[in-house]
Amino acid sequence: MADTSPAAAALAGVDPRPGVAKPDPILRVEGVRRSFGGLTAVDVEHLEVQRGTITALIGPNGAGKTTLFNLLTGFDRPDGGSWSLDGRDLGRAAPHKVAQLGMVRTFQLTKALSRLTVLDNMLLGATGQRGERFLTALVPAAWRQQERAHTERAEALLDRFNLLDKRDDYAGELSGGQRKLLEMARALMVEPSLVMLDEPMAGVNPALVQSLLGHVTSLRDEGMSVIFVEHDMDVVMTISDWIVVLAEGRVIAEGPPEHVAEDPAVIAAYLGSDEDEDGGDASPGSDPATGGGDA
Amino acid sequence: MNLMAALEQGLRSAVGPTAAWYALLAIGLNVHYGFTGLLNFGQVGFMLVGAYGVGISVSILGLPLWVGVIVGLLAAVGLALLLGAPTLRLRADYFAITTIAAAEVLRLLAISRVSTPVTGGPFGIQYNASAFFELNPLPFPGALTWGPFSFTRNQTWVLLVGWTLALLVSIMVAALMRSPWGRILRSIREDEDAARALGKNVFSYKMQSLVLGGVIGAMGGVIYTLGGATVNPNTFRPDITFYAYAMLIVGGVASRFGPMLGAFVFWFVLQSAQALARQASAADLLPDWLSGASAVGGTPFVLTGLVLMLLVVYRPQGMFGNRREMALDG
Repeated sequence: MADTSPAAAALAGVDPRPGVAKPDPILRVEGVRRSFGGLTAVDVEHLEVQRGTITALIGPNGAGKTTLFNLLTGFDRPDGGSWSLDGRDLGRAAPHKVAQLGMVRTFQLTKALSRLTVLDNMLLGATGQRGERFLTALVPAAWRQQERAHTERAEALLDRFNLLDKRDDYAGELSGGQRKLLEMARALMVEPSLVMLDEPMAGVNPALVQSLLGHVTSLRDEGMSVIFVEHDMDVVMTISDWIVVLAEGRVIAEGPPEHVAEDPAVIAAYLGSDEDEDGGDASPGSDPATGGGDA
Repeated sequence: MNLMAALEQGLRSAVGPTAAWYALLAIGLNVHYGFTGLLNFGQVGFMLVGAYGVGISVSILGLPLWVGVIVGLLAAVGLALLLGAPTLRLRADYFAITTIAAAEVLRLLAISRVSTPVTGGPFGIQYNASAFFELNPLPFPGALTWGPFSFTRNQTWVLLVGWTLALLVSIMVAALMRSPWGRILRSIREDEDAARALGKNVFSYKMQSLVLGGVIGAMGGVIYTLGGATVNPNTFRPDITFYAYAMLIVGGVASRFGPMLGAFVFWFVLQSAQALARQASAADLLPDWLSGASAVGGTPFVLTGLVLMLLVVYRPQGMFGNRREMALDG
């Protein structure tokens, strides 16, 4: 599956070591640090993400994956460092600016807007809406046509995500898995170049996981770049073109799935964290249910 | 005891100018709380600046009345910007505390000795509002009497203007909330981080909401002050904000015409209960522990509270609210 993408093929010759340069990076991270009190949550010296690929961000609990997501999307402020999307500097940009520039994220705990309809959730994602200005909003003629175009696009996406028959339901009435689907579909309304998915499969029933996987790979096939955080090693190994492993805030390994799976530093990081947690509840690499021996 | 007389008196009050300006306050709160999720506990502060804006402009500065009205509404814009700039980035509960404190600061400032030359201090302001009453096109010279209703020609004019304004503002708010602009406010109410992640400037929209709802509240203050051509500093107590909240909840949070209907119903219940309590007290029907000046004052509120409780139990979404929407966890 990973070999079908031309962008992924471009990664074939890249040396799998932490901080390695990529042929065509969409995201470039330089020296991003964030500490909470004495704890260094994120300390990424250099990281590049190849355009048009699915890049998985993995690591034991507390490795700083979500913190890194928050920093890159403007939801948290770093102590230092810089990063750029498509060559445009994003350091210190507010979250809504980051999204407008084409980097759109989802959340670990799904944020469906409960008391908005599914269609309204979708329409919210569209950018450059004329009716979002106060005075224009008072003149429906000024935005109705654009709204109709957005509605058509939203319905096409809802259809693709099997949510079209729910379009007039409140988002709060959807199941957990459907909310994940809605959040992903809504992110696509922004027409992003880079989609950041924070645990897209968490809490989703196994039947739906397959369909979510298909949606993620189809994003790449449409030319978007995807970064996702995931604990389920089967999922990570199946769909990733490239894997970045974080531990204690640092990139300790990166490379194609088959390389990372055998990297001794990765195995040590996972097993180490398992001991720290006294029989830890969610250390995925060593969880027999999700994939013995994967890590 | 005459129940009908009490109900008629309640009805008369519920149609009158006071309920109309309360309705405007509640419509403003609906923009803040119902649609944007901003817990504004200082709505009376916006009413205050609207009323004093008119009063000071006309009595001290000698400006024409219509300029005073504009000053009052602009003062609400200023208050919203001043209040919102430091607090809209705070969590909802801190915002609530700041708003109630700001409204109290304004009231105590208006009533203080220092500001007496401008605000009239504890005596308030009386001014000439004849420019407003000269606009009155009503053909009859005397009082309007119809069924239980009896209003002077001026009162009729104030209540007509007040309720018409409330209706027009309700329609405008409803139209705004159906637009993409309103969709962003509603999304902020649900989860502001989700709105941010989709590229919406949450701070800017919260500010716009605070300004819009505040100006609508100031319109309430303008109607209040025009009705009596006075500004009485004792009016602007925090209770006003909470009455307006009660009206909003009775009518239906985030509904289109709920705040208007809620103002009417709440004022009807409260004023009927007050008339009833006065009658009962005069006829010596109340037991000792309920009579006496202060106890009689409390009885209507007990009755009103009981009605509100029943309503919330049996119709939590209010009269015009959406039950399906209400049942979802926010």
